[in-house]
Amino acid sequence: MSRLAVRNAWSAFMICVAAACAGIAALLLAIIVLYVLSKGAGALRPTFFTQIPRPVGIPGGGVANAILGSAEIIALASIAAVPIGTAAGVYLALFGRGRVAASVRFLSDVLTGVPSIAIGVFAYALVVLPARQFSAVSASVALGIIMLPIIVRTTEEAVRLVPHTIREGALALGIPAWKATLLVTVPVARPGITTGVLLAIARVAGESAPLLFTAFGNPQWSVGLTHPIAALPLVIFQYAISPYKDWQQTAWGGALVLIALVFALNLAARVALRSRFAR
Amino acid sequence: MKQELRTDRLSAFYGAHCAIRDITMTFRPKSITALIGPSGCGKSTLLRCLNRMHEVIANTTVKGQVMLDGSNVYDSGIDTTSLRRRVGMVFQRPNPFPTMSISDNVLAGVRLAGDVSDRSTLAEIAERSLRRAALWDEVKDILNRPGTSLSGGQQQRLCIARALAIEPEVLLMDEPASSLDPISTMKIEDLMREIKTDFTIIIVTHNMQQAARVSDFTGFMLAGEAAPGELIEFDESSKIFTTPQDKRTEDYITGRFG
Repeated sequence: MSRLAVRNAWSAFMICVAAACAGIAALLLAIIVLYVLSKGAGALRPTFFTQIPRPVGIPGGGVANAILGSAEIIALASIAAVPIGTAAGVYLALFGRGRVAASVRFLSDVLTGVPSIAIGVFAYALVVLPARQFSAVSASVALGIIMLPIIVRTTEEAVRLVPHTIREGALALGIPAWKATLLVTVPVARPGITTGVLLAIARVAGESAPLLFTAFGNPQWSVGLTHPIAALPLVIFQYAISPYKDWQQTAWGGALVLIALVFALNLAARVALRSRFAR
Repeated sequence: MKQELRTDRLSAFYGAHCAIRDITMTFRPKSITALIGPSGCGKSTLLRCLNRMHEVIANTTVKGQVMLDGSNVYDSGIDTTSLRRRVGMVFQRPNPFPTMSISDNVLAGVRLAGDVSDRSTLAEIAERSLRRAALWDEVKDILNRPGTSLSGGQQQRLCIARALAIEPEVLLMDEPASSLDPISTMKIEDLMREIKTDFTIIIVTHNMQQAARVSDFTGFMLAGEAAPGELIEFDESSKIFTTPQDKRTEDYITGRFG
């Protein structure tokens, strides 16, 4: 064979290998989704979303309290993490020079890699122990800490992508720096920031480890911030390891709801990015 | 003299690097002054010193004075935001604000830097500024479209309208036509001649024909191998381009270097 033919053959072979790898990556996700769908779809009766769990052996019941609990914990975590995270990201992107900014950047990267269970232990020591009680608020603290570095770094990247000529144009008009930042630069970066926030929410929505000793779980309706609260990942964990068939099916149903939620959030993040200049 | 702008032994630095040294020149009000010279001679830096945009870049410093109506703009009591409202700027590349409509772009300065909020006043300012920038007829029906939807030449005139809307006394233009086609360039030169009755214009340009066409005065700047940029010659444009006094000016305008 000529050298060109050999090279073409190699090229074709390597493209096939790469395509196969891509296929495997996509296939795994498809298998997981299909498997959870086949196991959990049966659990998704209307009562699944409206009722609280019933004792073993009694048909019906649902995980409404866990869905509400998860929503409450995540909402509370977002209320704290989104303003702090976006403000820190804007600071790093526009004013982040010198040692302080470098340390914030480094620590925030480290925080991204800290195992979520360690953050759960931290929230346990910080909130649960002094209060002598598991609580929704302690779970929100744990999830908020996990969200923070994700939001900080995605916001920084999004703001950094805004050409500096835009900011200079605003400053040259005599617009004060804080208004140039908040009303000119940040709006340009908003789709990227929104994407980061949504991905952070998607990331913590499925976290179970940090909830084990903060939210703790609760079989009853409970929305009080200072009381143990139900959460979807906890219900999935507790029910999946139980020996009862109907509880196991409820766990699959919960897993399906979680996957759907993460899917929806990722989709929303993509839409947010695409609508960049479509105002 | 009213609205007089002049520099006195002005030097500018990026870190330890000196970009321009001891520039002393007076800009005649209501006329166009062009700054020419080869790349890296510091003409843009000089321009950015006049409205203190130089200091927006990190680690920059300035020595000497820029006098506007008899007071030094580098005095500690001077507020940069009110200075920049008096000394407006148009940049090399059109930079309309991407999230704003055409009319919001024009009004960004009066809304965010001033305190005008009356609707009919705002509409008047938008129309007047767009007319001055020779853009009104092209955009009067699409004022709510994004500013970035315009062509490059239109975007640059939009940026000129935006700068004029805050009624500055001086307009600094940093190679405003260098990224534009000849027709757009001509439109911008025409509008410069129109508005010079109301504004003092200082334009940095690479294009000597452009300087000769539009300017009343021309300053020629030059930097050595490792030496900072200096003002070599400054005179009426007709003299600079016909009977330059300095050999280096002559070499430059006859195309022998740069």
